Amino acid sequence: MGHSTVEWVYVGVVVALLIYIGASAWDVERFLDHPPKDAKVVKVTGQQWFWTFEHEDGKKELGELHLVKGVPYVFEITSRDVNHSFNIPDLTVLMDAVPGRINHMWVMPDASGEYLIQCREYCGFSHYQMRAKLFVEEAIPVSGETEVSNIPVSVQEAKPVIANN
Amino acid sequence: MVLEVKKPRPMWEILFSTHHTDVGLLYIILSLVALMIGGALAIAIRTELFLPGNQGIIPDPNTFHRIMTTHGTNMLFLWLLPFASGMGNYLIPIMVRYKDMAWPKLNAVAFWMTPMGMALVWLGMADFTWYATPPYSILRAPGPAAEMWIFGIKILGIASILGAINFIVTILKMKHPDLPLMKTSLFVWATLMTSIMILVAIPTFAAALIMLFTDRLGVSGFFNPAMGGDPIAYQHLFWFTFHPEVYIFAIPAIGMAYELIPKFSRKPIFSYQSGVAAFIVLAIVGFTSWAHHMYATGMNFTEKTVFMVGTLSAVPASAMHVFNWIATMWGGRIKFATPMSFVVGGLVLFFYAGAGGVVNAQMPLDFLTHDSYWVVGHFHLFVMGLITFAFLGFLHYMFPFITGRMYNEKAGMVTFWLLFVGVSMIFLTQHVLGLYGQPRRVFDYIAVEPLIIMNQISTVGAWITAAGSALLIGNLIGSSIKGKPADMVDPFQIGQVYYDQTRKEPHH
Repeated sequence: MGHSTVEWVYVGVVVALLIYIGASAWDVERFLDHPPKDAKVVKVTGQQWFWTFEHEDGKKELGELHLVKGVPYVFEITSRDVNHSFNIPDLTVLMDAVPGRINHMWVMPDASGEYLIQCREYCGFSHYQMRAKLFVEEAIPVSGETEVSNIPVSVQEAKPVIANN
Repeated sequence: MVLEVKKPRPMWEILFSTHHTDVGLLYIILSLVALMIGGALAIAIRTELFLPGNQGIIPDPNTFHRIMTTHGTNMLFLWLLPFASGMGNYLIPIMVRYKDMAWPKLNAVAFWMTPMGMALVWLGMADFTWYATPPYSILRAPGPAAEMWIFGIKILGIASILGAINFIVTILKMKHPDLPLMKTSLFVWATLMTSIMILVAIPTFAAALIMLFTDRLGVSGFFNPAMGGDPIAYQHLFWFTFHPEVYIFAIPAIGMAYELIPKFSRKPIFSYQSGVAAFIVLAIVGFTSWAHHMYATGMNFTEKTVFMVGTLSAVPASAMHVFNWIATMWGGRIKFATPMSFVVGGLVLFFYAGAGGVVNAQMPLDFLTHDSYWVVGHFHLFVMGLITFAFLGFLHYMFPFITGRMYNEKAGMVTFWLLFVGVSMIFLTQHVLGLYGQPRRVFDYIAVEPLIIMNQISTVGAWITAAGSALLIGNLIGSSIKGKPADMVDPFQIGQVYYDQTRKEPHH
């Protein structure tokens, strides 16, 4: 047809852009997917229609979660009844709570304050108000500094981009 | 083309006909009814969300979830699929120069299964969302609505498989011997690829529906964790059918755009071959990306990477279609009649939808957008933006050929602008809502200023869309009764040859 050159150039440009985008996404996700070894474990359980939390030291919380700024946490997320999704929109934490499975997601809160925890997977009657509160508290100075230095720099760069709002 | 409505015929003659244009007309009418009643549900949902708190439009969350489920199921399986089948019925035999579909009776049976499925879905009004995810759907969803939904979808699935077999055989076996496949219209290619995809994709979910049903009866535990089953397995089976389904909806719309754009630009298609190639590539890579809906179900890094690559590999083929359309329009003498306006508007919205899709496919960004209103905005830009716009454009284009009368062009253009502005306001805004963290499928949201403002813009857009839809239906019904008789050789005055079959004998 005589059009092939311009078509191949166009497809080449599109493919090159996609490779660039895909590679940078892969690079970011590579960090986000592997929690730091010294992260503290928080067990998160969803059920119709509330969240319960259990800290490493056995302390349990219902509808509220208290974390310390600058400390990495791994959430072990599961459900007692139907699928839920554990979501802290401001910290870009999102992971499905599936009964019979334990899913992992980690976060290091980088600003103190009060955040929203909500359910993001349809789970029945009160799905829309299945919420909890996250309180991020200031660290005790000594432990806080050592924790921060353990995190790779690229992770700290990646976080603000997605936690912007 | 055969005149369906102009020549007065008793209703039963159309209802019990097996002729392809009669069945096509029935499909089109049924799908438009579904579009309007499903749209009414959407207006109710948006109006309820105009302000935080309960507005009383929808009395309680339970009703809201039933409405939301019926809206989604109805729009996908009773508007998009039947409309594409209807236009296929109308045009495929004409385009491959055969007197009818390969199996006219099977064709009529496939159509008449559709209203039955529709009745089950609408009378039941299940509450587990169109995605019926276990364990909710097997443990908590109330019957008999859930069972009615399962059997309704089962019937609709069988109907699409029968229709798909009929299209494939008509195109490949009944095509006129003098007409090579590479000389047929791209709409024929679109229908062929869609039908093949239906045959490959639907059986998986058909099996999953049976498993879902026996799980609900309690005699099996495929997806019930308490009985050793895995809810995630359902999601894989579901999305293996319904991610390709996105292309099953979109490819006929793309085929229709290939019919309209060259005619209204008064230029031949820029590259027929790359159109065919992009259809074939889409039909294949459509099956490589299903689990990008499931990044947040606890997939490991390798799985996520594989499905991200699979998802991105569908982009070049879609981009090829867009390039082909723009290159066809480039330098053409374009006539922006209603059909062309709808297609170009759909093209603009397709661009936004595609760009949003590239964002979703990125693993880290998906955790920001997944299950939020972003996703609602994103896929509605596809189904409402690209697909429904191309369908409505094609409907206006076929209108004179079907009814023998011309629709009101001014009303058609006003309809287009109302829908274009309305749809943009609803769904582009919903992307932002998602970034603010509003989850999808919610009866209510937190009363903070950004959420309220964004929801209100979105709702006003829905009302504008409702006005456009009312005008659309008024125009179609009014013009088919009282419209000016159309010039059957060149109804759009663009100096184009439409179909040789204008002179075809009406019925065999």
